[in-house]
Amino acid sequence: MNPSKRKKKEKMFHIVKREVLPWQKSWGIRATAIILALIVCAVVTMIFTGDNPIQVYSTVWRGAFGTARKSWVTLQNLAILLLISLALTPAFKMRFWNIGGEGQVLIGGLAAATCMIKLDGVLPNAVVILLMIVTSLLAGAVWGIIPAFFKAKWNTNETLSTLMMNYIATQLVAYFIVLWEVPKGSGKIGIINQNTNTGWLPDVFGSKYLLSILVAVVVTVFMYLYLKYSKQGYEIAVVGESDATAKYVGIKVEQVIIRTVALSGALCGLVGLLLVGGINHTITTTITGGQGFTAVMVSWMAKFNPIAMIFTSFLIVFMNRGAGEISTTFGLNQSYSDILMGIILFFLIGCEFFITYKISYSKKKKEEE
Amino acid sequence: MEKRTAAISLKNITKTFGSVVANQKVCLDIYYGEILALLGENGSGKTTLMNMISGIYFPDEGQIFADGEEIQITSPKDAYQYGIGMVHQHFKLIDVLTATENIILGLEGKKNIKEAAAKIKEICDKYGFDLDPDQKIYDMSVSQKQTVEIVKVLYRGAKILILDEPTAVLTPQETDKLFAVLRNMKADGKAIVIITHKMHEVESLSDRVAVLRKGCYIGEMYTKDTNAAEMTNMMVGHSVTLNIERPEPVNPKPRIVVEGLTIKNEEGIVKIKDVSFTANSGEILGIAGISGCGQKELLEAIAGLQPAESGTIRFLEEDGSSVELLGKDPRKIAELGVTLSFVPEDRLGMGLVGNMDITNNMMLRSFRNGKSVFTDRKAPRDLAQNVVDDLEVVTPGITTPVRRLSGGNVQKVLVGREISSAPTVLLTAYAVRGLDINSSYTIYDLINQQKKNGVAVIFVGEDLDVLLQLSDRILVLCGGQVSGIVDGKNVDKNEVGFMMTSVGGSRSNESK
Repeated sequence: MNPSKRKKKEKMFHIVKREVLPWQKSWGIRATAIILALIVCAVVTMIFTGDNPIQVYSTVWRGAFGTARKSWVTLQNLAILLLISLALTPAFKMRFWNIGGEGQVLIGGLAAATCMIKLDGVLPNAVVILLMIVTSLLAGAVWGIIPAFFKAKWNTNETLSTLMMNYIATQLVAYFIVLWEVPKGSGKIGIINQNTNTGWLPDVFGSKYLLSILVAVVVTVFMYLYLKYSKQGYEIAVVGESDATAKYVGIKVEQVIIRTVALSGALCGLVGLLLVGGINHTITTTITGGQGFTAVMVSWMAKFNPIAMIFTSFLIVFMNRGAGEISTTFGLNQSYSDILMGIILFFLIGCEFFITYKISYSKKKKEEE
Repeated sequence: MEKRTAAISLKNITKTFGSVVANQKVCLDIYYGEILALLGENGSGKTTLMNMISGIYFPDEGQIFADGEEIQITSPKDAYQYGIGMVHQHFKLIDVLTATENIILGLEGKKNIKEAAAKIKEICDKYGFDLDPDQKIYDMSVSQKQTVEIVKVLYRGAKILILDEPTAVLTPQETDKLFAVLRNMKADGKAIVIITHKMHEVESLSDRVAVLRKGCYIGEMYTKDTNAAEMTNMMVGHSVTLNIERPEPVNPKPRIVVEGLTIKNEEGIVKIKDVSFTANSGEILGIAGISGCGQKELLEAIAGLQPAESGTIRFLEEDGSSVELLGKDPRKIAELGVTLSFVPEDRLGMGLVGNMDITNNMMLRSFRNGKSVFTDRKAPRDLAQNVVDDLEVVTPGITTPVRRLSGGNVQKVLVGREISSAPTVLLTAYAVRGLDINSSYTIYDLINQQKKNGVAVIFVGEDLDVLLQLSDRILVLCGGQVSGIVDGKNVDKNEVGFMMTSVGGSRSNESK
């Protein structure tokens, strides 16, 4: 035997798959990851700016919840991101990778804006709002059904087609902005119906922020029950796991795909309605701000669980708001908040590895020593 | 055992996956010039043990010696270096490449197809393989693919061959051919380890047997000193009887009548050609045939999953009235009031959802019941508990994902659900594939129970011995055509084997 040769071949450790962790432990690991991420962020901040990390974090907190208005805006942003994430989730559960949230929100928003512009003074406000709701839901649904139909019929790749639908939606919005720009030549639509307020979604309990938040609460509960307990939710899970099994028990796979993605798109369209009719009262090509993509991550990090999604979307919105505040307070630009966000996501996504696997060290090594 | 140097010697090997102990302090010696049969029930850790020798897993504890020297095998490449090669249960070949290309795939250095083909020819001649090096994999039968896998291992200079259930997919004739080749290799001084569930194969082929039970090494002995009953008892831990019942059919009546059925698959290739037969209630109709000769399509057509070109599949009610099943999906068939149960070949890919727990899998057939938009959870939960209790499914609980159960237990869950609906027709495809003796007999009993209840059972099997013991009648398929329908009681195994490879190979007539 040649121990030196053997030593070279000896592996120091092995990666072993874990059994399923109890939820307390797995959330414990995630919490640890967040704390570690915050420490690394603090160190990075100190090195590059020389500022006190405690101060930096209090600034983050101030950015998100510093004033009543800031808190409301944070909650409203949370509601919007959560809604888009919830909208994408049924499609994801079915293993239909709908990354067209961006386009489905935009087209819903465009439908709402169209009603507001074209029906101002033609129909009473209540009817206009009703039509806005119907058309934006429909527009979002259609934007989902088109890729879903091709997927169901000819098994085309939905990742590509939903992504392409995003560009179509963006260009359509750009076209109509030029068509309806106010004032002429500005390249913007400006606030729609500033005087008549036609199609502006009503305040709830005197708060202009509360509507989106209430909608988000309702949709969260609905989605939780729908996915977990309804027959359609069960069908979605079966189709997602295996086409063959679904057919074997007589589930009409094509029908389920189209129905589910239509629901996904319609909920995205609803977000477009809230953004245009409730929050911004205008439409731009960047009104969604990339949240259609961020929502993909939110949904995944929550493992498609609607309740867990409240936390994952909160984390992202909170950090975004706080990071924005750091940038202004400490004279750093927006890129710095992106760096911090990146560090946090790195830890959060990286920690999933330790939830699925554990590292076992060679036991024999110890005996030899 | 006498003093010889083992080719590979395992000492106190332990391997755990999470909380599951796959192997516990296993010791095993493999010698050159000998065929060792490794026996054990499903989940007894045979494959895991062999995977550790071939570099796929790494043991948690214990040592491996080669020719008396301790070695570390951390990858399949390491294993090849020590002359260890494994032929897996599932082939790892690329369909669009030729045999030669598959064999040299992944080897380092310059590749010369001609030289490689010559060397392959040499290996084939030496051991008596029948292989065309230029044939594409997609043109090959299962047994030819297996030959490629074995030659691949030999090409890489393996002196120690491990075969994981090599005969599960072969006809008796193909099995004989394989065994002849293995004997040649043994004579050439190679060490061979074969994992199998079939006792008669162990007896006819191996020199020595080693038995594992629940991850532990139980013992080893020379094959000539033992017998099937003793080996089975060692595997199971208590004595079992190895007889399959064949109760007389009670009052058989035609239940499923298939006439002139022709099926083309998606590529337009005829898989079933002008097939006609009748399945009776209270009777087991066995279907024999080499793999891929249309059994799958036939069953799926009856179950409403496979469209047909022409023909009829009629279901006859008790009162003699009939309904056409062809062209209806499983849901429509169920709505017609025909309780048809189907245990498909692909358990986790079709019959069950691997990531769902047992309760959720029980709901697959019944989740639409009731008018509510929500699913009823109570009935499936009760059913899951009943199936687990009645069929002795080994599981931590009914909330365990079925993918985490062993093969036999997965099958019990599937069969349990399918027979829970009190079917009038039961279709099973390879119901005991990959199952150990104990689980297999449980499944045979369940099927016989259904037969006694007056169910028309159609049983597609691959083990002819079992088919001949269990079936009342056997429909033999060959290339999608009916080669003949024979009486299960008085037919000879070789005759059926012959019919499987040539249409009308026998003159035996159908006896009703």
